[in-house]
Amino acid sequence: MWAEILVIVIKVVVVSSVLLTLVPIMVWVERRGAAMIQDRLGPNRVGPFGLLQPIVDAVKLITKEDLTPSGVKGVDRLLYLLAPSIALVVAISVFIAVPFGFDPGLKLFGHAIDGFIVAPNLNLGILYIFAIASLGVYSVVLAGWASNNKYSLMGGIRASAQMVSYELAMTISVVGVLMVSGSFGLQDVVLHQSGTWFGFIPRWNVFPQIIGAITFIVAAFAETNRLPFDLVEAEAELVVGYHTEYSSMRFAAFFMSEYVNMVTASSLIVILFFGGWTLPGFATPAGWLGALVSIGIFAVKVAFFLWFFVWVRWTLPRFRFDQLMALGWKTMIPLAVLNFLLVGAGMALRNL
Amino acid sequence: MTNYIPIVIFTLVAVSFPIITLLIAKVIRAGSPDPVKAEPYECGVAAETTAFDTRFSIRYYLIAVLFVVFDVETIFLFPWAVMFDRLALFGFIEMMVFLAILLAGYVYAWRRGALEWA
Repeated sequence: MWAEILVIVIKVVVVSSVLLTLVPIMVWVERRGAAMIQDRLGPNRVGPFGLLQPIVDAVKLITKEDLTPSGVKGVDRLLYLLAPSIALVVAISVFIAVPFGFDPGLKLFGHAIDGFIVAPNLNLGILYIFAIASLGVYSVVLAGWASNNKYSLMGGIRASAQMVSYELAMTISVVGVLMVSGSFGLQDVVLHQSGTWFGFIPRWNVFPQIIGAITFIVAAFAETNRLPFDLVEAEAELVVGYHTEYSSMRFAAFFMSEYVNMVTASSLIVILFFGGWTLPGFATPAGWLGALVSIGIFAVKVAFFLWFFVWVRWTLPRFRFDQLMALGWKTMIPLAVLNFLLVGAGMALRNL
Repeated sequence: MTNYIPIVIFTLVAVSFPIITLLIAKVIRAGSPDPVKAEPYECGVAAETTAFDTRFSIRYYLIAVLFVVFDVETIFLFPWAVMFDRLALFGFIEMMVFLAILLAGYVYAWRRGALEWA
C-alpha cells in the first residue's frame, strides 16, 4: 500500500516538475528561435547563451505590482482572480493521462511501476484529456469577461468561438486513431504503432491517416492559441486580448499555461500519430536502460514538435477571423470526418 | 478506487502550484496602488463606458449552439470507434446512417449561412 502510494507520489513529482521546468526552457527556445529566424541575436547576456534569461524574467514578474482594474467588483473580481489559476491547473492536470515511456515491467520499492504514466489504470485515457483540456476555455473567457476592458472582452469572446470550433475538428480527427487501436488508453495507441509495414515504413498512424494527422496538428495550434491562430491575443487589434489587464504572477500563470499546453499538444501529436516512444528497427533494451532510452526517443520527438510550434509562429502570418472560422467549420471538420470514414471503409473492407 | 488516487494527488499538486506561487508573489511584490493605474487600459484615454457596453456579433452565440450539437455527435463517435473492430460491417453501416442525418443538419446550417462570417 505505502510502496504503491510512494511510486505514485514519485511519478507525480517527477512529471509535474519536468512539465514546469520545460516552461522556462521553452521561453528561452522561443526567444532565441525568434531571433535566429529574424536574423538577430536575442537574449544572450544573462548566463551562457542567455540561458538564465527566463529565471530573471520570472523574478521580475513575481516582484511586479498586481493590479486589478477599477470597476471589477463582486463576482467579477472573484472570476478575475480565479481565471489565471484555472488556466494553470487545467494545463498541468491534462498530463495525468499522457504516457511518456516504455515500461518492460519495472519495479520500484518492490511495487510495479505500471507504465510511465501518472494514472496507469485510467481506462478513459484520451477522453479524460479532452474533457479536462476543454475546461481551458473557461479561463480565457472568464479572464476576458471579468477584466472590464473591451479588448479583453473581444479576446475572450473570440477565444470561446475559436477554441470551441477547433475542439470539434480535434476530437473528430482522433476517431480514426481510436478505430485502429480499439482503446481509449494512450499506451495501447502507442503499442499499436510499433513495428513496420513492408519492413521499412513505420506503423505510425501518420502514414495511413495523413489527413487526420494534419487536421489534428492544425487544431492543436488553434487550441493552444498559437500563431497563425492567435486571434485571441492579436496584438495589432486587441492589445494582447484576454490578459491585457493582468500583471505580475497572474500574467505569468497565463503565460506558463500556454507553454504547458504546447508541451501537452506536442506529446499528443507524437503519441497519436508519430508512434510515441517507438522507433522502427530499434529494439528497446531490457530493464531500466530500455525505459530511459524509450523516454529519450519520446523526448526527442516532442522536442521536434515544440520547435515546430516556434518555427511556425515566426513563419506564418495571422489569419483573419472570418478565415479562421471558415477554415474550422468548412474545411477542418469535413476533412476530419473524411479521415475516419476512409479508415472505417478500409477496415471494413479488410474484414469482409 | 485506487485507479483514481494518482488523479487526486496530481490534481492537488496542480491546484497547489498556482496558490503557492501567487502567495509568494503577494508577499514579495511591490504595491503602490493608484486610482489612475487601476483604470482599464484604453490606449492612454480614460474609458467612456464599461466593457460590458461593448457590442459583439450575434454569430458567436450561433457558433456556441452549433458546437453543442456537433460535440454531442463526437461523443457518440468515440465508443463506436473503440468497438469498431467488433461491430464489423453492421457497425459501419449504422454509423453511416447516423452521419447522414447529421450531415443533413450540417448542410442546412451551411446553406442558411450559419457558418458565414461577413
